[in-house]
Amino acid sequence: MKNNVIGYYSTKFGELWERSLDDLLREALHGVLAETQLEAAQIDAIFLGNMLGGIVERSLLLSAHISEILGTNIPVYRVESACASGGMAFQMANDYLKANSGKTVIVIGAEKMTDVSPGEITEALSAAASPEEQDAGLTFPGVYALMAQYYLAKYGYTEEHLASIAVKNHDHGALNEKAHFQRAIDLNQVLGSQYVAFPLKVLDSSPISDGAAAVIMTNVDTLINNHKSVQVLAAETATDTISLSKRENLDELKATRIAGDKAFQTAGIARSDVQVMEVHDCFSIAEIFALEDLGFWTKGQGGKLAKEMSTHINSGNNLIVNTSGGLKAAGHPVGGTGIKQIGEVYLQLTGQANKRQVNNVKHGLTHNVGGSGGVAVVSILGV
Amino acid sequence: MSGIVSYGYYVPRYRIKTETIAAQWGKCDDKIEKSLKVHEKAVAGLDEDVATMSYAASTMAFGDIKETKQSIGAVFIGSETFPYAVKPVSTSIAEWLDIPHGYLALDTQFACKAATGALIAAHGLVASKQIDHALICAADRANAKPNDALEYAAGSGANAWVLGNENVLAEIEGWSSYSSDTPDFWRRSKQDYPSHAGRFSGEPGYFQHLLSASNNLLTKLNRTAENYTYAAFHMPNGAFPLKAAKSLGFTVDQLKASYIVPQLGNSYAASALMGLVGTLEVAQPGETIFFCSYGSGAGADAISFKVTKEILKRRRVFAETLQQKTYIDYATYLRFMGMI
Repeated sequence: MKNNVIGYYSTKFGELWERSLDDLLREALHGVLAETQLEAAQIDAIFLGNMLGGIVERSLLLSAHISEILGTNIPVYRVESACASGGMAFQMANDYLKANSGKTVIVIGAEKMTDVSPGEITEALSAAASPEEQDAGLTFPGVYALMAQYYLAKYGYTEEHLASIAVKNHDHGALNEKAHFQRAIDLNQVLGSQYVAFPLKVLDSSPISDGAAAVIMTNVDTLINNHKSVQVLAAETATDTISLSKRENLDELKATRIAGDKAFQTAGIARSDVQVMEVHDCFSIAEIFALEDLGFWTKGQGGKLAKEMSTHINSGNNLIVNTSGGLKAAGHPVGGTGIKQIGEVYLQLTGQANKRQVNNVKHGLTHNVGGSGGVAVVSILGV
Repeated sequence: MSGIVSYGYYVPRYRIKTETIAAQWGKCDDKIEKSLKVHEKAVAGLDEDVATMSYAASTMAFGDIKETKQSIGAVFIGSETFPYAVKPVSTSIAEWLDIPHGYLALDTQFACKAATGALIAAHGLVASKQIDHALICAADRANAKPNDALEYAAGSGANAWVLGNENVLAEIEGWSSYSSDTPDFWRRSKQDYPSHAGRFSGEPGYFQHLLSASNNLLTKLNRTAENYTYAAFHMPNGAFPLKAAKSLGFTVDQLKASYIVPQLGNSYAASALMGLVGTLEVAQPGETIFFCSYGSGAGADAISFKVTKEILKRRRVFAETLQQKTYIDYATYLRFMGMI
């Protein structure tokens, strides 16, 4: 039997000042067990995606925290891959299940980010950046801003083309009761917001969020048959240089392209078979790169299609992107994002996405990026 | 009934505009003004501090009731920018005012509600007739780290309040306090500038405490916002008091007289009470004022006042005097605040 996701639970994403990292882990772990009506004793292993626990929370060995929370002594593997920590945990859990039959695992992603100042969290996130470029003053917004400048100049687009991504994702976030921002914004608000790094503005950028999300994945036939199940058709990853100066092209994330191609090859489906996607829109330009590098849009066409809002839930088109609100509106607790993406696609494929449900969904894709393209994880799920 | 017998205030004449500060840091002044709803703030001059401003406010308070100084049993001053880490300012003010030495002196700190706790304590002493009169001063010469979000509002000012049981111009009908260990804003010893936890000072800080104290008092007195003529709240910026008032059911009209933050900024310990000064300028006998301060750390003191005919004797001109102002540039501001 293939690996299947059989349940999903997410905390609310946002500035959860009264919740610690352990509180978030606790809610997501117990939440996903309750959702699937499973006992902790039925879980064989846990994969945790978390980036900043050691830096921000001064908290390592989270495996033992999870053991304490669940009262179990099973293996817990913590995976760190910057903002792709969640996606990478899922990819590793998928490989674990492929190598071990009759097993059930929890894959959880969690991050606590709002207990420290914006300066401190920016510095912590920069631990995943190129040391040389960081020394030269480049933050992650700066890296994406340089790529955005290059893209706009090369293909003749404007900041409005970028802003459309944020508007669309806020429209979707307004339909997601767990999203950090549940309100619509318009183009003028995005274009009028303060610059973070030209041409990217505050409203082109995903927020600093707290949150945790968990899925249960299994290859046990009875569990698959007794739950609303979604098959994992592929979970593939690729790496690339983190230094912008070493990249072959400034208008693509090579890791996304390689991981995407591998995922479609493994899944054995065509891009036209995918109806919903959760892609890594840490900045508006990143969603355009994602659609192009995953092979859904021709390179250079992304700006135009973004402005047309061709992937909006109300577009009537066959491919809807970031129904959760994406990183921009749903929030970006970095380790949690990759699992929220899997969970959102799971909800869509099982008809549980409520107000943001897309009709007749058979296949969904998730795309999680770490360190401005140093790593990418692409997963494909289907029913 | 115990209440306010007299009051005074002091606002420095210097002002710096939000646009002047924003321009210094390359920020969009229109967006900051729209967000904070602060157009300009009062800045203490080189020779103005918590002690001098409190003295000036107290002098106004005792203007036509100088004989009351002889029966002052307590002198309390609340601030977070005392000129000394160790040495009371309350005693200096009392000495300068020629208050006889048989008084209880206290300097109190609790961020922006440093003085309202003292006012409630003094009310207890007066109402229980352990002392005849009390003087409570609220003053701050608030500064903020350059380019910090606080810089646009942190201002200067002082007010002084004489409490007693006779000839009361505003009776204290009741009070309610709400406190918790919520570190949203702080300044450690030997540090020049306060630190704060950004948006955390909003919902878990200001709103949780101010709304709780306010609702508790309304419940205690079996009233609603509609039962009050006016309302005055702590004003860390222009947006928070508007949101708090709306949440409690108060209208913009009820808040209007106290809403001085767009012109004066946030004079910290003196902020909410400066709103009370603004309200007393227009309040008529028989009218009621709902008041609530907020101090980070955190706590809120809600107080209900009923204005009497005595207000007609000791009403202070306020709004007009605020027009006596001199605008300063950013470098002058830094010099006045001792930052360069």
